[in-house]
Amino acid sequence: MKKILLGHGSGGRLTHDLIKNLFLKNLRNAYLSNLDDSAILRIGNQEVVFTTDSYVVNPLFFPGGDIGKLSICGTVNDLSVCGAEPLYIAVSVIMEEGLDMALLGRVVSSIKKAAHNAGVKIVTGDTKVVEKGMCDKLFITTSGIGVKSRKTNLSLDRVKKGDRIIVSGAIGEHGVCILSSREGLNITSRVRSDCASVNSLVAGILKAGGIVKFMRDPTRGGLATTLNEFVDGRRFGIVLDEERIPVSSGVKGICELLGFDPLYMANEGRVVMIVSKKGADKVLKMMRRHPQARGAHIIGECVGDYKGKVCLNTSAGGLRLVKMLEGEQLPRIC
Amino acid sequence: MKYVDEFRDKERIKLLADNIRATLDPDREYRFMEVCGTHTMAIARFGLKHILPENIKLLSGPGCPVCVTPTSYIDKAASYAEMADTIIATFGDMMKVPGSRTSLEKVRSERGNVKSVYSTIDALKLASENPDKRIIFLGVGFETTAPTIAAAIKEAKTRGVSNFFVLCGHKIMPPALEALLKDKDVMLDGFILPAHVSAIIGSRPYGFISKEYNMACAITGFEPLDIMQGIYMLIKQLTDKDPKIDIQYNRVVKPSGNKLAQAILKEVFETVDSEWRGLGTIPGSGLAIRKKFSSIDAEKNFKIPPIKSTGKDKGCICGEVLKGIKTPGDCRLFGKACTPERPVGPCMVSSEGSCSAEYLYK
Repeated sequence: MKKILLGHGSGGRLTHDLIKNLFLKNLRNAYLSNLDDSAILRIGNQEVVFTTDSYVVNPLFFPGGDIGKLSICGTVNDLSVCGAEPLYIAVSVIMEEGLDMALLGRVVSSIKKAAHNAGVKIVTGDTKVVEKGMCDKLFITTSGIGVKSRKTNLSLDRVKKGDRIIVSGAIGEHGVCILSSREGLNITSRVRSDCASVNSLVAGILKAGGIVKFMRDPTRGGLATTLNEFVDGRRFGIVLDEERIPVSSGVKGICELLGFDPLYMANEGRVVMIVSKKGADKVLKMMRRHPQARGAHIIGECVGDYKGKVCLNTSAGGLRLVKMLEGEQLPRIC
Repeated sequence: MKYVDEFRDKERIKLLADNIRATLDPDREYRFMEVCGTHTMAIARFGLKHILPENIKLLSGPGCPVCVTPTSYIDKAASYAEMADTIIATFGDMMKVPGSRTSLEKVRSERGNVKSVYSTIDALKLASENPDKRIIFLGVGFETTAPTIAAAIKEAKTRGVSNFFVLCGHKIMPPALEALLKDKDVMLDGFILPAHVSAIIGSRPYGFISKEYNMACAITGFEPLDIMQGIYMLIKQLTDKDPKIDIQYNRVVKPSGNKLAQAILKEVFETVDSEWRGLGTIPGSGLAIRKKFSSIDAEKNFKIPPIKSTGKDKGCICGEVLKGIKTPGDCRLFGKACTPERPVGPCMVSSEGSCSAEYLYK
């Protein structure tokens, strides 16, 4: 009998297969078929962007954030990178019998603060309690809607050879932070999660106009998985320069120690985008003025060779392929 | 990052590549086996084959502990996992290795009693936290990991921990290399010898390789600069017709090894014949728990019904890949029926396996 494995939740190949072969097969329509984090719905003259996400992170509190902040930022970010202004959020909470009331209070005030900072309103919600042992302390689902200007045209169809790849800051901080916060590993590190709402950063970038062609937030599966989604089935490839990819020494150290690759570690407050060759320096300058993107870098470019593939010029002077995350690197990171 | 970046210096790597080119005979082929899985992974991750001359062929050897763990061991572990009140504690890499009828990952999804740990000390802790359960730790690995398991066994015995057991599948490296050298299908000019195994056993146990088989050998570290220098040493030995055991990784490895670790290995384990996946049974290549510690030996304490382990998977050529006779690309399952998420053969399961390295990075 086939069962759900933890790997089905990794965001990698098993997740994709499950979504395609079960959910999409049964629920297919013009919107869902895009398999995007958000759906862009045309209602009258407006484009409404709609998204949802569940949060099961373990531990609930970690340096730089907690499940409450994460649940707001994640949904705000999914809307933002589609070019929308996030407006309204719904929050559903599933609690385990015996959950500490004070802990729940801390999560709720964290939700309040994150929503305030992002300028979104929590407009509806739901609560459920399950018997002890039926869920791990607290799970949160958030849904959000935002509106998008028709002038904003973010599409991979516009990507050309020579376009540049920009990342808004050091990668892998959230994944490594969660990893080192887990019990049992006994690692002390100063790495903090990058968990943050990117809507103000993205709104600033979008002012640069058409030179910004596409963007996503590289969460579960890391930068490598997101860039592979960019090139999947496309007529271009991406070549990255390992030396130009920003990675903090804390992230590097823990990854070295445990055998992880920062390219696959989750981010919760970063944006990766494709920008025209001409406009890249201008966008980079604009970004670096924003407190969330001081560490932004141009890390690679789109090429005509290696169609549908992501390659890496290694720091050692070699060249290799960068594939999508396979299997679980670490479960329950968000 | 200090002590890492220095060993990844592009300019120095290029310099070594130039030296290698200047020293080798461009008309001959050089076939070197990197014995250890961590070498395989580093070579792929840093794209080193791209830098090396084309007539140097690097072949992956049997030095990935998960890859050489036989089906029968997985079957045994799965049977133990199905006993009441039992928790299996294992290094995460073992989860997906296919057995004859199931994998530990599948057992975990059905019964929830297979736990990933990062060290044997974690497994001992699990035992004290769950006094009403028995904890069976899967002891897998070479001379590098075996001393830590030996230490845990000693500790459990001293403290009188009655619910901690080890299913011992440890193996040692020199007899496996000798078996490879005796196989006439295996064609090699030299070995990139393992770094951390050698930190424990030193360089002396490899002496027979250069003396009796005239093979070039270099005990080599895992950073790109180490590997390039190790390869340079091999080429130099062959050019000078002076095969020996060079220690490139001399910042860690001493000719006599780590005496403390050797002593605890000797105290807790005895050598036995052992089955290697793909290579068959190799005399004196395994470690078994000595009688003195039999109260911790899972196999001495729990009887499980005999399992008929099936042979190798249809079409899987991991055995030949482990001997360096074939490359992952020669396998018709590679990248199609066999991927890291749905591995058929063990070389695809482990993150250090040669098929997995080839799949991920090439």
